[in-house]
Amino acid sequence: MLQSETQTPSAFFDGRSLKAKLRRAERWRKIKAAALVLPLAVFLVIVFVVPISNMLWRSVDNTELMQVMPETAAHLQAWDGQGLPDEATMAAFAEELRASRQGGGLGRIGRRLNYEDPAFRGLLMRTLRQLPVEQPVEGWRASLQSIDAAWAERETWRALQRASSLTTDRYLLAAVDLQRDDDRQIQRIEAEQRVYVSVFQRTLVIAGSVTLICLLMGFPLAYWLATLPTSQSNLLMIFVLLPFWTSLLVRTASWIVLLQTGGVINTTLMATGLTSDPLQLVFNRFGVLVAMVHILLPFMILPLYSVMKGISPSYLRAAVSLGEHPFIAFWKVYVPQTISGVAAGTLLVFIMALGYYITPALVGGPSDQMVSYYVAYYTNTTNNWGMAAALGSLLLIVTLLLYLVYHRMVNQKQLVRN
Amino acid sequence: MHTAKTQQMKLWLTGGLLAGGLMMAASAQAFTVISFGGASGDAMQQAYYGPFTQQTGKRVVPGDYNGELARIRAMVETGNVSWDLVEVESPELVRGCFEGMFEPIDWARLGLADELMDAAVEECGVGTFVWSTVLAYNADRLPRSPQSWADFWDVETFPGTRGLRRGAKYTLEFALMADGVPVDKVYDQLRTRAGVERAFAKLDELKDHIQWWEAGAQPPQWLVAGDVVMSSSYNGRIAAAQEEGRNLAITWAGSLYDLDYWAIVSGSAHVDTAYEFIRFSSQPDTQAAYSSRIPYGPVNPAALDLLEERQASRMPTASANLEGALAIDTEFWVDYGEELEQRFNAWASRL
Repeated sequence: MLQSETQTPSAFFDGRSLKAKLRRAERWRKIKAAALVLPLAVFLVIVFVVPISNMLWRSVDNTELMQVMPETAAHLQAWDGQGLPDEATMAAFAEELRASRQGGGLGRIGRRLNYEDPAFRGLLMRTLRQLPVEQPVEGWRASLQSIDAAWAERETWRALQRASSLTTDRYLLAAVDLQRDDDRQIQRIEAEQRVYVSVFQRTLVIAGSVTLICLLMGFPLAYWLATLPTSQSNLLMIFVLLPFWTSLLVRTASWIVLLQTGGVINTTLMATGLTSDPLQLVFNRFGVLVAMVHILLPFMILPLYSVMKGISPSYLRAAVSLGEHPFIAFWKVYVPQTISGVAAGTLLVFIMALGYYITPALVGGPSDQMVSYYVAYYTNTTNNWGMAAALGSLLLIVTLLLYLVYHRMVNQKQLVRN
Repeated sequence: MHTAKTQQMKLWLTGGLLAGGLMMAASAQAFTVISFGGASGDAMQQAYYGPFTQQTGKRVVPGDYNGELARIRAMVETGNVSWDLVEVESPELVRGCFEGMFEPIDWARLGLADELMDAAVEECGVGTFVWSTVLAYNADRLPRSPQSWADFWDVETFPGTRGLRRGAKYTLEFALMADGVPVDKVYDQLRTRAGVERAFAKLDELKDHIQWWEAGAQPPQWLVAGDVVMSSSYNGRIAAAQEEGRNLAITWAGSLYDLDYWAIVSGSAHVDTAYEFIRFSSQPDTQAAYSSRIPYGPVNPAALDLLEERQASRMPTASANLEGALAIDTEFWVDYGEELEQRFNAWASRL
């Protein structure tokens, strides 16, 4: 009895074993929790973290020459950029140029060097065809220069040197209409070539306008839907959701049919005598806004509706019964409660609008094309992934910055309300 | 009952997995030909794929894509080559060939070099048809037919909006032709700074009258709807609209022609079949069968004689239509395209 009394507490209160048991139980729970989120984590890493890091890297990646011509790149890195590189550099270049034909290396450096000067691809091809098999007696320098005079120019080798470092900022600079001149100073590119700064501006303006129009149109509609009896609001909700079930291309194409010069709207306007000449309603900014708002409106209405459904009408009634003007009561009592819905809706619409590509391509003019249009152009048409990645990375950074600003603003609003 | 169901399910599952595995194995073995699809893909199906399978017993798995090199590049770089033969446009052929994405063609082994037109014989590709970018107009809406690109620029005689492709390619060539540059000097001019300035200066004149198209289906649709009175357009699209009874017409002078090529993806397991297929699809009779279904010109001139007179006259390769036409200088566009497109976009964005 006594023995057991002394034993039992010691077994119970043996701090170490209890701690260990607790820890074990805790660990087991942690493992289970981790196992539950593991699929999502793996999914996110595979489809999100890896591609985005890859894109960020590609926007500064300059390793083409290093991989295909490691020795030449090393020699050029050591070159001071004065006069011409030494014979050893030229010999390494000639040897590695010949070897680059195997395994597609020539294509990679050709593409990279063409960004320095569009004549490079041809120069490499010509040089390769006439390159002597054995080491020439007069030396590689003379041999290369007899093949093409471009090899006697410092600028040709400087271009090679620029392409031989590990990273480059040329794509990121080019994505904001900048470049480095011969003295490595950053300067704006020629006025006729400047386009991307205005493309970024235009992308933000279009996405912002679409968001604003969606909010102005969606807010009253969501309010109406939220206050209607369920049977009627359900029916109307179907109309809101209808665009979701139609393909984006079909919707865009039908806007062209409606808005074009010989289209339904213009024919009607002219038949009724409201206008004598057809209005230009499509292939300009107006058409882009109309088509994008149409597609994105449900993404504004749905979050607003779900928030408004949860707001009790008694607050508004209380404010009015206390003598407030109905509109002021609506503005001061109702609207602040919808902030989270407005925040979700505008963010959703704005970010989706930023990436729009096919709609502006089809219903916009040349001054309505957004960043993704140029990303697609560089990815698919010219295969310049560095430039595509630079534009994509910049768009990502701009979006994140805007999101941060926005997040702070909304939080402050909510703080003030509380 | 319960176990029976589970058993059944297991059976289905195994069966499904097996079938799936078999299908994958089968698709890994089959000879895959990728085209641009659409009306041309249908014509290829009827003129090439079907008859080829009938004659040789070799199955052709058809597919389509938008011409993006990125997918082919990804395949070649990962070594996971599931496409064997692809239809490519000439810039992609030049670029892909330089970069080693396509197998070089062994012309001694293939033969054909003497039979096909010169432009069809390339280092990594075999031309399969010729298409053209032409001046098309709605004959109902113009007082008389425009004869040249100079007429296209003449808004006094031919009032109305014009359609041009949104991009530097074709547009700059047409602008120079309109400015009086002889057809054979166009690319010499464009290679110089002054020539590019001249082209953009000419475009400035017409800027307010241009509606830019993006997709090849747009010009005929706009011409029919009356959005534009004339437009640059792919000849095939105009012919299709003519078939539907629309009164659209083509001015062949100053047209730009280009070829689509067959290219064998580097690392394909079916190179022999690909050669056999290319040879089959380059014969006069198969080429005529293709061109009778879609107005793209045969690369084998002998095929023109097998076509009806009416059809042959619509082909970009008909001798009357080749007069005053210019072959697109693909090398030029591969080297200078990016720079000129950027300049074009900057120019077009300025109002």
